Amino acid sequence: MSTESDDTGEYEHYEAVVVGCGPGGAAAAARLADHGVETLVLERGTEAGSKNVSGGLIYAEESAAYTIDDLFDGFREAAAERPVTDYHIHNIAGNKVKSYELTDLHEHDTDWCDAVLRRQMDSWLERRVHEKTSETGGGVLTDVRVNGLLRENGEIVGVTCDELDPIKADLIVGADGVNSELARDAGLMDWEEPDEWFQGVKAVVDMEPDVVNDRFGIDDDEGVAHLFSGDLFEDVRGGGFLYTNEDSLSIGTVFHLDSLVEENAEPHELLDALLTHPLLAQWLRDDYDEREYSAKLVPDSKKVAHPEPYQDRLVLVGDAAGQMQAQGPIIKGMNHAVTAGALAADAFVVTRDDAESEAAGRRYAQMLEKSGTMDKLRPRRYELSRGVGEHDLVESAVDRVLESRVGSLAVGNPIANGLLKRAYNSPFLVSMLPDTSTGYVTLPTVIGEQHGRTIHWGSEIEPPTLEERIGDLTYDTDVGNPHIELRDESAEASGAAVHACPVSAEDFGGGCYRSETVKTNGTEETLVSLDTQPCIECGTCAIVADTEWEHPRGGKGVEYREG
Amino acid sequence: MRSIVLTKGVPDFSEGAVSFDEDGHLERGKTPTVMNPNDKFAVQAALQTRVRHGGHVSGMSMGPPGYADVLKEAMETVYTDDNYLLSDRELAASDTWATAITLCAGLETYQEEVGDIDIVFAGFKSADGETGQTGPQTAWAMDWPIVTHVLALDIDPDERVLRAKRLVEGDIDEIETVEVPLPCFVVTDPEFEPTYRKASHRLTHKQLRAETEERAADHEEHLTTWNHEDLNLDPDYIGLDGSPTIVSSVDPIPKAPSEREATMIDPGDEDEMSEMLEEMQPYATGAGD
Repeated sequence: MSTESDDTGEYEHYEAVVVGCGPGGAAAAARLADHGVETLVLERGTEAGSKNVSGGLIYAEESAAYTIDDLFDGFREAAAERPVTDYHIHNIAGNKVKSYELTDLHEHDTDWCDAVLRRQMDSWLERRVHEKTSETGGGVLTDVRVNGLLRENGEIVGVTCDELDPIKADLIVGADGVNSELARDAGLMDWEEPDEWFQGVKAVVDMEPDVVNDRFGIDDDEGVAHLFSGDLFEDVRGGGFLYTNEDSLSIGTVFHLDSLVEENAEPHELLDALLTHPLLAQWLRDDYDEREYSAKLVPDSKKVAHPEPYQDRLVLVGDAAGQMQAQGPIIKGMNHAVTAGALAADAFVVTRDDAESEAAGRRYAQMLEKSGTMDKLRPRRYELSRGVGEHDLVESAVDRVLESRVGSLAVGNPIANGLLKRAYNSPFLVSMLPDTSTGYVTLPTVIGEQHGRTIHWGSEIEPPTLEERIGDLTYDTDVGNPHIELRDESAEASGAAVHACPVSAEDFGGGCYRSETVKTNGTEETLVSLDTQPCIECGTCAIVADTEWEHPRGGKGVEYREG
Repeated sequence: MRSIVLTKGVPDFSEGAVSFDEDGHLERGKTPTVMNPNDKFAVQAALQTRVRHGGHVSGMSMGPPGYADVLKEAMETVYTDDNYLLSDRELAASDTWATAITLCAGLETYQEEVGDIDIVFAGFKSADGETGQTGPQTAWAMDWPIVTHVLALDIDPDERVLRAKRLVEGDIDEIETVEVPLPCFVVTDPEFEPTYRKASHRLTHKQLRAETEERAADHEEHLTTWNHEDLNLDPDYIGLDGSPTIVSSVDPIPKAPSEREATMIDPGDEDEMSEMLEEMQPYATGAGD
């Protein structure tokens, strides 16, 4: 670190500043430190992982330029939960279920895949990153929120923070997650279109290790992944998942945000629909103990992964750059963030002597392309088939055929059963699945009806109420300093947040967003009000409502224990 | 920079910890000893100086052997490098004067045996005696300048000057900026808040914390105890014999007569709640009128 002058208030300078210590930021910082670059990492959580949620599978792809265990020795043993050794998808129609083993698809290009809980994983990464970066004159600072970019003569030269004086750097790695304030400050990402996003909601459910083994028929070093689709969620496009951890389960749902908004769906109720489905009763029985409720916005990389995620000295990695691959039943985000972070570091090192400020960014974009990462994030096959598949007329025509006797028979015959299993396991076909309700709802429902066996038992699970879930979360509220402001409180502009916000619900007074009927001069009007105290910082309302959205200051807001 | 932070052990007056007998006398034996709350601001100022300018910080206290725990707390919370306890039966029952003489001897012995001191930090008064005399008297005994009620600090090690913002209490509180040469005494105000706005300062802070965890686990190794002979003090001028203060008597503060009565109400019980609201109604003023 060099300081122009301590006393005159001039800014400190580091060779590299990495914003965010999730897998993308950690990979970038570790790689930079390996190259001897003086690297400062700024993390807004009180510990890395305290702000992070994922469904929870991290992949190591055989074709990837970098995997997390390449960069961090001992990652799997120390930071991950169970490996996925069995992979299934369940097509649900009422209480009829048809299950396919998806292990072939799952194992395609997969070196290994582990379930993770992010507090445990990211805090472990943070300690390793601090050790590495301390050796090259930097380190990790927690409780620091970077709130924007520092510019000189219109060019990005550093970052500004709530807690620290501005900091200059030769390279700025924006790894600040799905709601990246740096990406938005640079104009590289926006929060405009709900159809570019998914929203995930998850419950971490307590379960003793031997009970996990017993109920899923596995050993200590084995784990399972189950996916769920069909009419379980009515017409909302999306699905559910269940992953086994060491001593807990991660059970969640992921939906297209535009579909949630259109259907006026309540995310926590959709999660409850999965939790209370008879299919899950075989694993959960009646002793349900929820450790944590969480939610996260997921960018749809097919639509938003930025092909050139850089500007001046800023490069974006991971969710901040929309690098979250959600294709068919497989969701991959953390692995791409790791690859991107490491590539960004390499790009900086090879262009270090180039005086041009965008040299590193340009090289990074080339490396994303060359390494095949960009084609995984934005497959050309999808770009080609999307135009046809997502056309409304085509969708409804296909749906009508599938729902008709002929279509049902076609999908329902015994030969189709074998074909369907093969189709689900084909990475090529899955990458072409259009994002319509056909893939998510109609087809799985027909499959469930035609091929499914009927489940005759019921579920005795009573998930906690939303109020109880919020009550169980840990918050350090920044009293008197709300991080979200409602710009337009009309129902038209912001009413969707009352449903779509995972900690709000119609007729629930303890959430973030509420609708209120206000009488003025004889007319009645429905207005939306906001209380940010229960906020879990997912960012949903930044898209579906008219808000001024920022993260809370460093260390403030929700603190996930599981993540 | 080399700083000393002076601290004192006091009874823990916090709710649940403090114990009084039937007559309202403090039961010292049953009440744990903790670091004087005001000293926490002094140690924070010493830490800030250490983080910004590097160097060495030592803790110093006069008291019975049990005060070692208070010094250990200083090491754990603000990372003192080592600690010095001035402890001896001859020092028992010292008033502020005798304490100041002893602390002065401690500081002088430190300068002879360890190194030259740049700044001595002290809290502005103790929670038990509340006199606010010991810091200034020690500075007077050392013949060093003293700045009290310090809110913020800025040190120029090259010029050997300390600039401080200090609170001057009056009808209207004023903030005064003063400049003193080093070495000097600094007495912090409870409003003192350390600031770490530079990333490098926070990294140093984090580094110190990591180093201290190991050190504090082995506190005895870093603690030096000096008795009156080590300090070259004449027993006639220290402890009870050296204390000119005479306390003639202490009157317990009578308890306020209590006429209040309390009723517990379950906020979920509508009948109880409306009964309470009805009872409160006659006293309602303001809103709605």
